[in-house]
Amino acid sequence: MTGHIIIRSIDRGATIFLIAVVLIAIIVPVLNLAVPASSAFYVPTYLVALFGKYACYALLALSIDLIWGFAGILSLGHGAFFALGGYAMGMYLMRQIGTRGVYANPILPDFMVFLNWKELPIYWYGFHFFPYALLMVVLVPGVLAFVFGWFAFRSRVTGVYLSIITQALTFALMLGFFRNNFGFGGNNGLTDFKDILGFNVQAETTRNALFSISCVALILAFLVCRAIVTSKFGKVLIAIRDAEARTRFLGYRVESYKLFVFTLSACMAGAAGALYVPQVGIINPSEFAPGNSIEAVIWVAVGGRGTLTGAVVGAVLVNYAKTYFTSGFLAPYWLFMLGGLFIAVTLLLPRGIVGTIYHWTGLRRDRASAAAEDGVTEPLPAE
Amino acid sequence: MRFSRACLVALLLALSSLVLGQTTAHAASLDEALTHFTADDFSETITGINDVAASGSPRAEIIIRALQDGRLLFSAERKAVYVKDESGKLTDAATGQPITGDAPSDADTVRINNRLRGAIEAALGGLTLLAKDPGARYDAAQAVFKSRKASALATLDSALAKEQDASVRRAMTEARAAIILSGDKGSDEDKLAAVDVIRDRGDQDALGLLASLPSTTSAPVMKSAAAAIGAIKNRLALWEAVQNAWYGLSLGSVLLLAAIGLAITFGVMGVINMAHGEMVMLGAYTTFVVQEIIRNNNPALFDYSLVIAIPLSFLVAGCIGIIIERTIIRFLYGRPLETLLATWGLSLILQQAVRSAFGPNNRDVGNPSWMSGAFDVGGITITYNRLWIICFALAVFIALLALLRFTRFGLEMRAVTQNRPMAASMGIRTSRVDALTFGLGSGIAGMAGVALSQIDNVSPNLGQGYIIDSFMVVVFGGVGNLWGTLVGSFVLGIANKFLEPYAGAVLGKIAILVLIILFIQKRPRGLFALKGRAVEA
Repeated sequence: MTGHIIIRSIDRGATIFLIAVVLIAIIVPVLNLAVPASSAFYVPTYLVALFGKYACYALLALSIDLIWGFAGILSLGHGAFFALGGYAMGMYLMRQIGTRGVYANPILPDFMVFLNWKELPIYWYGFHFFPYALLMVVLVPGVLAFVFGWFAFRSRVTGVYLSIITQALTFALMLGFFRNNFGFGGNNGLTDFKDILGFNVQAETTRNALFSISCVALILAFLVCRAIVTSKFGKVLIAIRDAEARTRFLGYRVESYKLFVFTLSACMAGAAGALYVPQVGIINPSEFAPGNSIEAVIWVAVGGRGTLTGAVVGAVLVNYAKTYFTSGFLAPYWLFMLGGLFIAVTLLLPRGIVGTIYHWTGLRRDRASAAAEDGVTEPLPAE
Repeated sequence: MRFSRACLVALLLALSSLVLGQTTAHAASLDEALTHFTADDFSETITGINDVAASGSPRAEIIIRALQDGRLLFSAERKAVYVKDESGKLTDAATGQPITGDAPSDADTVRINNRLRGAIEAALGGLTLLAKDPGARYDAAQAVFKSRKASALATLDSALAKEQDASVRRAMTEARAAIILSGDKGSDEDKLAAVDVIRDRGDQDALGLLASLPSTTSAPVMKSAAAAIGAIKNRLALWEAVQNAWYGLSLGSVLLLAAIGLAITFGVMGVINMAHGEMVMLGAYTTFVVQEIIRNNNPALFDYSLVIAIPLSFLVAGCIGIIIERTIIRFLYGRPLETLLATWGLSLILQQAVRSAFGPNNRDVGNPSWMSGAFDVGGITITYNRLWIICFALAVFIALLALLRFTRFGLEMRAVTQNRPMAASMGIRTSRVDALTFGLGSGIAGMAGVALSQIDNVSPNLGQGYIIDSFMVVVFGGVGNLWGTLVGSFVLGIANKFLEPYAGAVLGKIAILVLIILFIQKRPRGLFALKGRAVEA
């Protein structure tokens, strides 16, 4: 049944996208591990880590597109869920360091020894156990999103109001995580990881595996999102996006639909954060900065809101541009570029890249079918 | 007539004789006192110190300081005392005139020991109690209050008898009470009166004094002291509340300045301007530029720099606001989420532009003289810059209310806010109103930047620190109503400052954010919501 839904949900664009991601997930590790370093096709390990980072960002963008593109919920605080998932994974990785830390304390992470803490805080219990950490990766952002969404949607906080309070949420979390006595490493965050499931996080093979896992997670999330948006549930979501009051008057429990999709999206963002942390090797409170969340929204806008594939394309393109521009002499101009991108996309390309392509091909197909029905071939108006 | 003239003459004569008599008395006693220094004997020197101090001569302080620094010389042969100044020249101690003729061959420093040093300090303390400058007398009285040296009692009494200045008199009375309470000589009546004086002082020092009375103190005094401690603690708690309220007002006025422009653009046009904080930042940098120009060209005008900067920053930020509205925002009406993203991008560009032009570091913006300093009201200290900012915020608020209420532009603006299509049908050029409104909101943000440059670091990130708080104010206060912004900013400011002592600055802020999120549950459109029939705005 589920298989049937998923298969039905995949159109041509989705197929191309899925094949591309699967190919990349296989080819990149092969080019890194099996090809000699002297070859022109060799992919250096730092690039694998970089691509892994992009995959995590793409997953985050996907989660934003699910709520913004299909339910009209613009969250400017999705970075918070991403960071919470990352912290959950970071806590697991911290506990794996064990006696190899600077202070060689078998239980307490270094920063706690440094702060003279005597025992592990209760909320750190169980994080040495991987399945528990994985559960927390989705549970913590999910529960926060559920509680927050329950309050927000029930009282019909919509539009820009919702955007602003989600921004305040991530801002508040950032302030909190910056504090040392919160028990998450304060300013420095969690870093200096050694092992994940017994494998060295720095090792080439681990990095490749993490990259492939990130791609798999991206594919799974994409399939879930496609299944949702093409189902009847998805139709209601789109109805909510386009006319919330009307949908409510038709008898749908708008807040329940929104709450479900918001919570699911937060869980996806948490998973993205959890995959992100072992690949970049650090998580600190600046991930909660409101600017990060807004930047993630612009990835979706660039790629095309409400297209799912567009979110992924946008995330990869913008982040590639960021890597390119911030590493060279163009670095001082990156913020001009990014700012210009925000303005240009909203003004000139409101459908985003993928959205515009869909729009064009859609127009052609409509005209073609209309022409076929009429039995007349009209000349296409000049565009 | 003649009689009165005679009276006047008599009075003058009496006065002059009084003055003359006093000076001669000084001279005589000072000379006498100085002879004690020539004996080269410690007890004689002490007598000398006390006599010099008691002489009331203006030379007394110079002589005793010289003694303290080992610059007081005496000659046993000539029976004379000299003060050696910093350049090593000798002057006559009594007159201050340089000595005539050769220096005495046997001139030797008047020796001092620890006992003498104590006497010197007590004498100096007493002397400053008699100083001409009321500020110096006040400080001396405070010093005596802290040291509680019984030896100062006699000088204090004589100073008290002459003192005219009320605040100095009070400080001296308190110092006297402190000495009486910490000594074990005074009678119970004296001590009870002293407890009353200390209770009226009512600060932390008074609390410390009453809590550490000597064990010999009698039971009734102890009891009254305990009651006084209770009274002082209540008083201090009250002042702390007042202090918090003041800080809250101050923070609220800053929030009001930052949020009021936002309230206009958001209220009238439904535009979320994420670049609003950058308008504040531009205003602050305008102030910096104005001050730089004044510093380089006409430093005398420095005190007027803010007065010049306020209209300039309004113009700069306002013009940039109008340009933004004409080039970007007007294409995005009816798409608030897109506007939000575009203005966020704009804020990145503006920040980076300022960073390129002025550098990433904090810029130094000075306080004019009329904005620096502070004064005390009861138990709290009020700084002038905070006071001025509150006044300025309220002035801006009132001016804006007047603009909305009494001008043609205000009327058009209100019409557009209430019903855009209807306003357009009545011949109001809504697009022009939009542009001007956006310019007005931005210009007010620029003026806020002038105020913030006085209390915050002027850096490219200045605006970012305020943007979320300003949005909170607008969301809390309600859109489209300036009173909501006023109430919202002061409520948030005061609540923040009252939470801070219990929760710390950061947790206090988090608590406020959570409270706002909960508050929105109850009133999704803020405190002062516009009433309307639309299902959704």
